[in-house]
Formats: sequence, structure tokens, C-alpha cells
Amino acid sequence: MADLKTYDHDVLVIGAGGAGLRAAIEAAAGGVSVGLVCKSLLGKAHTVMAEGGMAAAMGNVDDRDNWKVHFTDTLRGGQYVNNWRMAELHAREAPDRVKELEAWGALFDRTKDGRILQRNFGGHRYPRLAHVGDRTGLEMIRTLQDHGVHQGIDVHMEVTVTTLFKRGDRVVGALGYDRHHGDFHLFRARAVVLATGGIGRAYQITSNSWEYSGDGQALAYQAGASLMDMEFIQFHPTGMVWPPSVKGILVTEGVRGEGGVLLNNKGERFMFNDIPDNYKAQTADTPEEGWRYTQGDKNARRPPELLTRDHVARCIMREVKAGRGSPHGGVFLDIAWIKEKIKNAPEHIRKKLPSMYHQFKQLADIDITAVPMEIGPTTHYVMGGIRVEGDSQMSAVPGLFAAGEAAAGLHGANRLGGNSLSDLLVFGKRAGEYAARFARENAAIAPDSGEVAEKIKTALEPFDRKSGESPYKVQHDLQKMMQELVGIVRKEDEMLHAAEGLKALKARAANVSVTGSREYNPGWHTAIEIQNLITVSEAVILSAVARKESRGGHFREDYQDKKAEFGTFNHLVDQAADGTMELTQKPIPPMTAELKLIVEEMK
Amino acid sequence: MAKATFSIWRGEANQGRFTDYQTEVTEGMVVLDAVHQIQAEDATDLACRWNCKAGKCGSCSAEINGQPRLMCMTRLNTLDLSQPVTVEPMRAFPHMKDLVTDVSWNYEVKKKIKKFTPRKPDAADGTWRMQQDDVDRPQEFRKCIECFLCQDVCHVLRDHQLHDQFIGPRFLVYAANLEMNPIDAENRLDELRRLHGIGYCNITKCCTNVCPEEIKITDNAIIPLKERVVDHAFDPLAKIIGLVTGRIPGP
Ligand code: SF4
Ligand code: SF4
Ligand code: FES
Repeated sequence: MADLKTYDHDVLVIGAGGAGLRAAIEAAAGGVSVGLVCKSLLGKAHTVMAEGGMAAAMGNVDDRDNWKVHFTDTLRGGQYVNNWRMAELHAREAPDRVKELEAWGALFDRTKDGRILQRNFGGHRYPRLAHVGDRTGLEMIRTLQDHGVHQGIDVHMEVTVTTLFKRGDRVVGALGYDRHHGDFHLFRARAVVLATGGIGRAYQITSNSWEYSGDGQALAYQAGASLMDMEFIQFHPTGMVWPPSVKGILVTEGVRGEGGVLLNNKGERFMFNDIPDNYKAQTADTPEEGWRYTQGDKNARRPPELLTRDHVARCIMREVKAGRGSPHGGVFLDIAWIKEKIKNAPEHIRKKLPSMYHQFKQLADIDITAVPMEIGPTTHYVMGGIRVEGDSQMSAVPGLFAAGEAAAGLHGANRLGGNSLSDLLVFGKRAGEYAARFARENAAIAPDSGEVAEKIKTALEPFDRKSGESPYKVQHDLQKMMQELVGIVRKEDEMLHAAEGLKALKARAANVSVTGSREYNPGWHTAIEIQNLITVSEAVILSAVARKESRGGHFREDYQDKKAEFGTFNHLVDQAADGTMELTQKPIPPMTAELKLIVEEMK
Repeated sequence: MAKATFSIWRGEANQGRFTDYQTEVTEGMVVLDAVHQIQAEDATDLACRWNCKAGKCGSCSAEINGQPRLMCMTRLNTLDLSQPVTVEPMRAFPHMKDLVTDVSWNYEVKKKIKKFTPRKPDAADGTWRMQQDDVDRPQEFRKCIECFLCQDVCHVLRDHQLHDQFIGPRFLVYAANLEMNPIDAENRLDELRRLHGIGYCNITKCCTNVCPEEIKITDNAIIPLKERVVDHAFDPLAKIIGLVTGRIPGP
């Protein structure tokens, strides 16, 4: 293999967003050699898009907050199918992870007494999100990046991993190609951390970048790990809907946190019409109370706009379907109205939501301090993913770890805003720590060279086929199908139709051809990525068909209610011996008595 | 809908030339959409970088009609579509392919700047107290998305190619963010003068003009930094205090 470069790392981290960077830093601190593979340039990963903040019960703004409240908020939001151990660890450890960022150079917005400021967000009982305006993700990734480059980590930029290698049960390395030359790279490693993010590119309307093609989930699945709860996908209620070229781009929940309201074309605040029973006690009765909540009144309850994302997204869809939507198929999100309440409202909005102001001004010619925005749901996040053990983040494959969006468990059926950035830190750290430990305790084994050669050959096949169709076409058709048939509102017959459609797409994907050289060839990259998108789409469909109820991000038009019996297990997807995809139910283990008590107390 | 012509730089390692492509223009489109459309229709191997498509990651930098811009934030209705729109890679960096350049130099430069080093925590729980007023300024610098457009336009790098003597506006902003961080205890003023070449900047403000994050690179970062560097260099007492305490004398 003339063009094969080989590297030896004790721990190989795949993905360099918040979770991957945090894992790499921790592994390096554990005294082992670390390689970090980024699909893009360092510091460009999707974490930069996170806006609102990171949830951590520090109690800087409201001292009634503590980890127990955060823990129960997370379970309530996740409809109790979360991995409760992860929810516990997350709630307990998030404050330290946030403070640590400050010690590494992050500059959060401040309280009057000089501490880290925290803001309100959907589903969180108290103001809990540490933030920097509406660019918290950028702050986080830059802090980790700037700290990380001084920790002796070997960074491989613009490299995409296509295969994991095993010897016996254990994962022993990975194969990737670099975008620049299209050369192959063999990474030999004692432990591998997957921190590759989500699957948003399986859908047409998404807030996710091209990187989000389900690479980690597909790699883990091929290697014999289980995927869990893949039906739970979060459609963020507020994405841009106009102009067409920006459809799907995220509009932060922070807009609602700062007092923004949702209106239909009759000017009605429709969110007041549908408040789920388990949130009634926590939700404002009047617009006035809701406004006071957003302005920090501790005695006020949150406005219904800040109910969980799954619920808000569905309410928006209902308005649109009933003909009460905005001109371009969304509803209105109005922050400009606060000028009735505060002086200098335009300036206040620009200060609190600078990126949103900028984004609408530049991309849509809209001044959000003067007129309402048009917004609608966009595919945002997958709660499901690689099944891991809560403490160590190790998958069913020894030596293979996962963290962040690629892993499943913490968020259950629906993720609360702000719980993602803290997830990346808490479990990125844990994955790095346990991967380093695994690497210290296990010897390196070289991948089988015959297998390496074979995988390289497979990756290059699209160049050999001369008459196949364009990979972009197949990708486009897959996205369209998933959007239409397995989107925010699901039905049995539509999904079975999608399952059939997927078979055809699989055949087409196996037959795409690409032209040009291997140097920075996006057509070729797409040809490889659609294989992953097809794998994760199949897992989503299989799990979604089997969940004959509605829960969190999974809404069935044909089974609109939540059913108790479906709250007792998680869905697992594995590769069967014959290579087909297999779905099983895995009972959720009983919670410890201590945690059970906490849940009861906070009901 | 109307079609427009895009003259896109094609080729590898400077062996390139402009190639014309026609594509449909619809409402609200940005240059990056046009490039993607062309990629899907006519040129599957057309190389460009992008991630967020919302001006947040700084990947899609290019020169559009000769101006350093983010492709994802340049709307077609702000350009004259009766003429071909030229799209070419940033010229201050080595060319790789089509619209992609080798920006690795920037990553090397950053590593050479002394890292953030906090003073002892202010509180027993290991945290610090900072006022919003004191973090406003460095927060402005931390908006940087590392698009490197300012590096691309700075004549010291672009025309004089002094990459080994001058870190460029992006990293002066980065250094300013560290120096003005209220809890940082490191001193980078000597290096800024001796190694990082702050003296090469003659305040043309070209960098500020192209910054998509509207960071006032020259007024708020470089000029105050230059003042501190000068004060530091010519104030022997401050220098001694600096050496002894590790603290930065104020501007
Ligand atoms: S102001 Fe200084 S750094 Fe900015 S472009 Fe001009 S010379 Fe370069
Ligand atoms: S300072 Fe501005 S122009 Fe320079 S890299 Fe940062 S965001 Fe880009
Ligand atoms: S794609 Fe992220 S800035 Fe343009």
C-alpha cells in the first residue's frame, strides 16, 4: 500500500467537537498518547453552532437549584426512558465541568456579583444555562481547542474514518482518508472514542452541517455495538423557514428565553392552548406571568413557549396544518414586541441575541428588533445513538467508547436545551478517562493487513464504476424520503413505505460513480457517507415502526398517546449473524432507592 | 427564474484557471448555495470548505469578485449578476484545490503564543469574580470564528509574505483576548514585539473592514496592544515588576 500512512496512538478519538476535544484532553491527562481525528479543520465542528448555553446546576442566579432538580428535569424531559445513571452523573458533574472551562480561558457572561450568569431555558426549572450571549458553543469549542493544543495531542485534520478494525472482540484501530490528497491512513489504537455527533443529514430540513452523516453510529454498528432508541430524534421548534436557501438553520431557544413569543397568523399566542398535564404546575397562567419569568421573577412560572422542544414543535405543526401558519409555512416568533415592556428594546435584543440579529439581517433582510421572524421545526438532534455503559461510556465492544450526541442514554426520548453542551463535557471527560485506563491495561494489537487492503479497495470502488449515478442524487432522494415519511409526525404505512424505499436506495448507493481525482473530491466523500446515512436511517425506521406510541421526539399520528408499557424498555438495534438489522427490547433496570426518592419528591 | 454565471477557480496547487458555470438563481440564495448547486449539477469534484452555512464556523472563506468574504453570508442579491461572479480561493495561503487553501500555518502560529494562565482563584470553590464590564472587551475578540479573512487581506502577509515574522491580525486579536482577560497572569508583550512582529502592522485597517464578526481588530485589539507593548518596552520599572509578579502593567 504505497499511499498508506500508519500511526500508533494509545487512544484514538474520532470527532473533534466538544465531546471529542474534551475526551482527548482527558485521555492525554491520563498519560497516554492521543490521536484526534477531525472531519473538518480543528475548531469548525458542529459544536460552534450551539447557541443558548450549557446546563449546570450551579445556582448562581437562583440558589434553589441543585443537581437533584437538574436530574429530575432531565428525566421528566426525557419521559423517563433515560439511562438514569447518566442523568445522575450529568447533573452532579456538570457544574465542575463548566467551572473548569473558565480555568481554561472561557469568558462567560457575568452576574452582578461577578459570577457565571445563568439563563432560563425550556424544561429547566431554574435559570441554569451558563452562556456567552448566543454563541456559547463557539466559546466552548475555542476554549477546548486552545487548551487542547498545548496537551501534546496529535491532531489529524480533515480526515474521515471509514472503518473500525477488530481483533477478536476488541477494537484495535481505524482506517480513514484525508480530504486533501485522498490518501489512506491507518490508525492503530488500544482504545477508540467515537465522538462524531449526530445524523441530521439524513433529513432535508436540518440545522446540522454536512459532517453529521451518522458516521460514528454506523461505524459502531458495523463493529458489533448496539444502537439504542434511534427513533428519538429532536425536531427543534425554531428553524428559519425563509428564504429557501436557509431553511432549517437554527434560531436559538434563547429568543424565547429572553421573552420571545410564538404567534399564529391571527396574532394568537397558541402555546397557551395546549399545556401537558405534567407541566401544568410549572407553567404560567397568563402572558404577564410568563414575561415576568423571563425577566427573572422567581415567583413567576415559565411561559408555555418554554415547554419542551418536542411539544412546542408539534404545536407549531398543528397551527401550520390548520391553516393558521405564516406565509412561508411556519409560524411567527416575535421578540420585537418587548419594546412595549422595556426601554431601548432594540439595543437590548442586539446585546442579548447578537448572532440571531446578525443572521436574520444578513440572510433574510429582517430586523428582528422591529418585526417577527418566521420559523418552523428543523431536524436538530438525535437522542438515540450508540449504547454505552453509563460510568465509562464503553459500548458493547471492548475498547470502543462513545460520547456526546453519538452516544445514547442521557436524554431519553427528548433532550432539554442546554443539556447537550454539558453532556459533551461530562461524558467527553469520562470517555477520555476510561479509554485511557483501558489503553493502559491492554496491549496494542495490529489490525489484519489483508482486511485493511480490502477496506481500501471498497472505499475506492466509486471511482471504478463508470456509469453509475451521482452520489448527490441518491443522498438527496434519501433526505427527501426521510423528511416526508419518517419526520416529525409518523404513521405506520408511511414508514413501511420508507423501509421499502430504503432497499432501493441501498441498491442505488452501491452503484454510484464519481469522477475526478482523489484530491479533495466531495463527490467521492458523499459516496462513502451515504452508506452511513442509509445504515442509520434503517435503524431509525425499524425502531420508529416498533414504537407504537408517542413519546418525546417520537410522535405517531396512529398512536397519539404515551403508553406505560413502552416506558419500561429501550430499543436496541444490532447486526444479526446474517448481516441483517435486528431490533430487540431491553428492559430499563430499576432506579436506585435514593434516586427514586428524589424523583418522587420533585414530582 | 434567471440564470447567473459564476467564474470559479478550478485546479490544483496554483495550476488553476477560472471556469464558467451557469446556474439557476432563486430568492435568498447565497454564493455557497450557487457553488453547491454547481457541484451537484456540473462538477461533483468541485472542492470547497463549509460547515455551518450560517457564518459561525469560518470555513467557507473565499474571494468573491475580488473581496474576501464568507460564501455562506454573501447573498446574490447584493452582487451584480449581469456580470459573471468570480469566486476564487484566499490568495494569501498556499493553494490546495479549487476553492480550498492550506491554512495550517495559522494553527502553527497559534501554538507559539503563550497559553492562557489564570491567576489563583478568587473564591474557595476555585472560581473567579469578574465584572461584565471587564469581560466585554475580550468577549468581543472571542467572537472570532477563525475564518482567516483578515489574514488573507493583510498586506504584510499577502504582499510581503512575512509569515515567519508576523502573526497577522487574527493572532493579534487572539493575543489581545489573552492579555485583556481579567484573570490571565501571563505576560506576552515582549514576544509580541520580538517574535510576533506587532511592529509590522501599520494600521491600514484592511483587516477590520473584512471581519465578518465585525470585530474592531485595529482600534480595539491592535492599537491598545501596541500601546502596552511600547509602555512595557520603555518602562524599565514596569519590566522589573512584570518579571517579579508576572503581572501586566496597565496601558
Ligand atoms: S491594520 Fe495591521 S494587521 Fe490589519 S491589515 Fe493593516 S497592517 Fe495588517
Ligand atoms: S478576526 Fe475576524 S476576520 Fe479575522 S479570523 Fe477572526 S473573524 Fe475572521
Ligand atoms: S459555512 Fe460556516 S461560516 Fe460559512
